[in-house]
Amino acid sequence: MRPFSHLQQVLESRTFAVTSECGPPKGADPSSLVRKASLLKGYVDAVNVTDNQTAVVRLCSLASCAILRQMGLDAVVQITTRDRNRIALQSDLLGASALGIRNVLCLSGDHVCFGNEPGAMAVFDLDSVQLLEVARKMRDQGSLCSGDPLTSPPKFFIGAVENPFADPMDFRVKRLEKKVKAGAQFIQTQCVYNIQRFREWMERVRDRGLDERVHILAGVTPLKSAKMAHYMREKVAGMDVPEELVRRMSSLPAKDQRAEGMEIALEIIEALREIPGVRGIHLMAVEWEEAVPELVTRAKLTPRPSPQGEI
Amino acid sequence: MITAVRKPFDEIREMVAPYESVLLVGCGTCVAECASGGEKEVAILASQLRMDASLRGKRLEVGETTLDRQCVYEFIDRLSPLVEKYQAILSLACGAGVQAVSEIFPEAIVLPGLDTTFLGQTREAGLWIENCRGCGSCKLQWFASICPITRCAKRLLNGPCGGSRGGRCEVDPEVPCAWNMIVERLRKVGRLELLEDVYPPCDWSLAQGRGPRKIQREDQAIETV
Repeated sequence: MRPFSHLQQVLESRTFAVTSECGPPKGADPSSLVRKASLLKGYVDAVNVTDNQTAVVRLCSLASCAILRQMGLDAVVQITTRDRNRIALQSDLLGASALGIRNVLCLSGDHVCFGNEPGAMAVFDLDSVQLLEVARKMRDQGSLCSGDPLTSPPKFFIGAVENPFADPMDFRVKRLEKKVKAGAQFIQTQCVYNIQRFREWMERVRDRGLDERVHILAGVTPLKSAKMAHYMREKVAGMDVPEELVRRMSSLPAKDQRAEGMEIALEIIEALREIPGVRGIHLMAVEWEEAVPELVTRAKLTPRPSPQGEI
Repeated sequence: MITAVRKPFDEIREMVAPYESVLLVGCGTCVAECASGGEKEVAILASQLRMDASLRGKRLEVGETTLDRQCVYEFIDRLSPLVEKYQAILSLACGAGVQAVSEIFPEAIVLPGLDTTFLGQTREAGLWIENCRGCGSCKLQWFASICPITRCAKRLLNGPCGGSRGGRCEVDPEVPCAWNMIVERLRKVGRLELLEDVYPPCDWSLAQGRGPRKIQREDQAIETV
């Protein structure tokens, strides 16, 4: 079957994929998004836009992705189940397909208590696994969650996230399998810093044969400073930054820390490429999009394949 | 049990300010168990109100009574001789009790003295935890008797999310991750395979999706000849 998106095409042709991320602005002017996205153009296969990440109200992912499409980028719309019930979710999925946004990443989303509207109702009508199944049924069976038929089905390459570093450890692979069963075709993982632990997780993924059923993109976030490394280690739930990396960053004067962060990211990318079953990387250079072209170039992942046909 | 906490005294004082006599009505069932609206709490609040009024030089007559249950007509009826003697009733029952009393005495002013919170369990002395949302379709058989709809902050039926760390919930590290508990308990009893299926979305129309719910059973109705 013909792929629905450029990203799907790249992954199915077994080219090592590179995707990245753009955080939309906390305002109505999209120019910062356009600026970030233009930095990424030509260096990545697809750009995904977060859906009100950390529950902070921002320009919506759907509109942002439509702007990326106008710029000629393949977009990944993130859809969380935190803010919308199944009516709104399905409606947005139809809207995404209509706008030519053919990659959807289904997730539950950060809890409202972390954001700037902590009194909001946390919806969670569906969970991420159920959303995957809903998206798949809409596409493959042309019907809604309730079974009601659609007049025309949407077109999607469906993705999900997984955190290899969260608890309970040995259940994580089972949960990944559940996501694959529900409809996930690609997986974006939490940022990898602890390569050893990620390797072990991938081993279990391969033991279950999941690497052949889903395209795994390993998350990579270059560290900007020792402070960031420390913060990620101590404060961010589900993040595993080894002490050794924090020490390595802290041992240098502040002015050299960014360069060191780049070096570490390159080492991680190199190690990830050696792990069987890893089909690509997802670069999340938060408010440091300039790092992406440099990382991709220095990792010798350029030039990126150009889109084939009308996608 | 239905749990509740007493409203802050300032809020109660403001509510009763327009009246010169108020009847405190406690409830001897759930809110007595959670130490917010039983006989003892009625007595404490009554003294507090009396003392406060006298300190402020205000006239306030405070009556006290506690019903076995404030949500059942046969018990509420016992208030009949008292209601007319007071300008207002301050109910120390859950929201169901407050509404039941005001339905039976529609002319009376019935005020809530408690904030009703959740369906829960007394875990230890002085600690109550929420463990049921009354969703109308119990699924505990799948989840080792730990309700993810109530005890997971994201209500995930196919958890855990990526924020579970050290068996704790990222939303509140004081709270154990419900999904960590579910996985551990199912592992212990050798039933982890229960989590392999994708559990379908909930039918929230059985919860509160269609407004207030009711249970009607003809076999329980009193036959009139």
